[in-house]
Amino acid sequence: MPAQRDDSQARGTAPVHISVDRAYTDGPQHEVKIRARDVNVFYGDKQALFDVSLDVPEKAVTALIGPSGCGKSTFLRCINRMNDTIPGATVRGRIELDGEDVNDKAIDPVILRARVGMVFQKPNPFPKTIFENVAYGARIHGLTSSKAELEALVETSLKKAGLWGEVADRLHQPGTGLSGGQQQRLVIARAIAVSPEVILMDEPCSALDPIATARIEELIDELRHQYCIVIVTHSMAQAARVSQKTAFFHLGKLVEAGPTGEIFTNPRDSRTQDYITGRFG
Amino acid sequence: MTDAAPPIDKTAFRQGLEARLKKRYAQERRFRLYGQLAIVFALGFLVLLVGRIALQGYSTFIDYEVTQTIYVDPAKVDAADIGGSNFDLLVAEQMLAKLGETDDKLGEASGEMMGIISNDFGYQLLKRVQDDPSLIGRKVTLTGPVKADAALYYKGELKRSTPQDERKLDDRQLDWLDRMQASGAVSKGFNIGFLTKSDSTEPEQAGVLGAVIGSAMMLLVTAVLAVPIGVLAATYLEEFAPKNRWTDLIEVNINNLAAVPSIVYGLLGLAVFINWLHVPRSSPLVGGLVLALMALPTVIIATRSALKAVPPSIREAALGVGASRTQTVFHHVLPLAMPGVMTGAILSLAHALGETAPLLMIGMISFVPGVPEGFTGAATVLPVQVFIWENASERAFHERTAAAILVLLAFMIVMNLAAILLRRRFERRW
Repeated sequence: MPAQRDDSQARGTAPVHISVDRAYTDGPQHEVKIRARDVNVFYGDKQALFDVSLDVPEKAVTALIGPSGCGKSTFLRCINRMNDTIPGATVRGRIELDGEDVNDKAIDPVILRARVGMVFQKPNPFPKTIFENVAYGARIHGLTSSKAELEALVETSLKKAGLWGEVADRLHQPGTGLSGGQQQRLVIARAIAVSPEVILMDEPCSALDPIATARIEELIDELRHQYCIVIVTHSMAQAARVSQKTAFFHLGKLVEAGPTGEIFTNPRDSRTQDYITGRFG
Repeated sequence: MTDAAPPIDKTAFRQGLEARLKKRYAQERRFRLYGQLAIVFALGFLVLLVGRIALQGYSTFIDYEVTQTIYVDPAKVDAADIGGSNFDLLVAEQMLAKLGETDDKLGEASGEMMGIISNDFGYQLLKRVQDDPSLIGRKVTLTGPVKADAALYYKGELKRSTPQDERKLDDRQLDWLDRMQASGAVSKGFNIGFLTKSDSTEPEQAGVLGAVIGSAMMLLVTAVLAVPIGVLAATYLEEFAPKNRWTDLIEVNINNLAAVPSIVYGLLGLAVFINWLHVPRSSPLVGGLVLALMALPTVIIATRSALKAVPPSIREAALGVGASRTQTVFHHVLPLAMPGVMTGAILSLAHALGETAPLLMIGMISFVPGVPEGFTGAATVLPVQVFIWENASERAFHERTAAAILVLLAFMIVMNLAAILLRRRFERRW
């Protein structure tokens, strides 16, 4: 790693803290949903993110790419304040969701997390039935008032997640009995059931085989018409396939962000160039 | 690695590998053998221990009963003062008459007869006549145990070959016992009384019922206090408490408390519960309180490790859909930790069941000839009953000691079965 950093510095790249965020402007519907400004994250004494500023567009997929430990997951977890649960983690800076600072005292993390759903690297369905998995969020938030409504919600959520056809006849069997790819779609259905505005995905396909991955990618492409999606991925190809905007993180800094096509064909920073061409990472 | 590395001799490498492989397999076989030997030793000791106790105690469950028709002589029983009449003597005299003997002036013969048949006869007769005074002048058939020493003679543990002054019963009493047996009045049976009666000064009438119920009541108090408090304390410490110097200190102290000798808890209970709070001594309540204190650290430690074993992905999943921390813990984490919590709780209760030392400190050593009258009444518990009987001078109590240990072991097996069933009940597949 140090050798690579020296390499990039030797080529006289821009100072690391200056990041470039070219707005994703593909039509007027893509206004900024999440606006991050000078976000710094510390785990104890160790700084994990340095002055990250990034705009995340509404109704589009934003991919966060970069080598392991570059801070992309950390940034993702700032958006729904999952970092609150890590002892010793402190977040500084401003992250706005529709203009409201998510770190504001007035924002309840519980409500924030209902608005900003999350899908994790390893499929983590609750050890309950498929139905209960999807219904849980609606139950705790009191979203439905009758059993029929709840059943309808579970059905639409599973349909949106593309899982309904496979599980319709076994809703009351354990969700943990599904295959890895089905579990991940179940978890997406669970997130959708609380009607979030944003869905965060932390390497959702890294534990899946190529076919299951393709299924999830199709799903992400369908979901982007309704939700703002932020996805962390290790796969450059996946970022290129599913995202409209890409942000490249390196050593805790946002190096470059912009429309996916531009980042992959015409990166401005040599480190981005090196990473996407597979020279490191 | 450098390019200048010497080329590897493949045959030598292969041979060396095979030689080492043999050694590795031999090592594995040795370790398996050690493991099997360890298990054989452990099982052997267990069999030895339980077998020894069972051998010593099984004879308790055999008893010898005499069936005798007694004529309730109006001359000996005062209808106006039934309680004041000497039924023991009446029974003894009739027993003698049955054997063709008569009492002598000093009552030595009847005294010796009372030495081989239980005074349960006199007690039964008193009850019967009190309930129905019209029995006076009529015949009553009674069945009761022989004295413990006489039973030992029937069981062959008290031998005629022992010199007379070294045994409890003299030759004449042994003759009578032989003749009673020959007449067919004596029957051998299962000693149900050992399980349905409480402690007594007479070994043949002593049973473990009072101690079993005392143990059960005390454990109930312990469980009701230690399990909820322990689980909640552990849940708070593990899931909610900030990690700082204070919680570290609390954690270290809980671990230390789990290692404090149990007698210290007894002293604490004596000082706090009895002397200061005036909880009745020797009661299931105070015993349960003391044992709850003792069980708490174990329950807390077991619960914390069960909570730690719940994968963090479940917490993230719940938090991710907007569950609050409390909802996350009570809807997901705690139910998943439940099998571990239950196992820990039952293990600590089983430990508490066998505890003796702290109970001696809070006055549970007393002789309690009955079932405890509620949680504040005097009670005895199984391990203390074992301790009391072990210290008794009469030989017949020694087999009862072993039998009481068997009952205690059975109690523990039942509890462990309950633990397994609860585990099954709460276990969820992943």
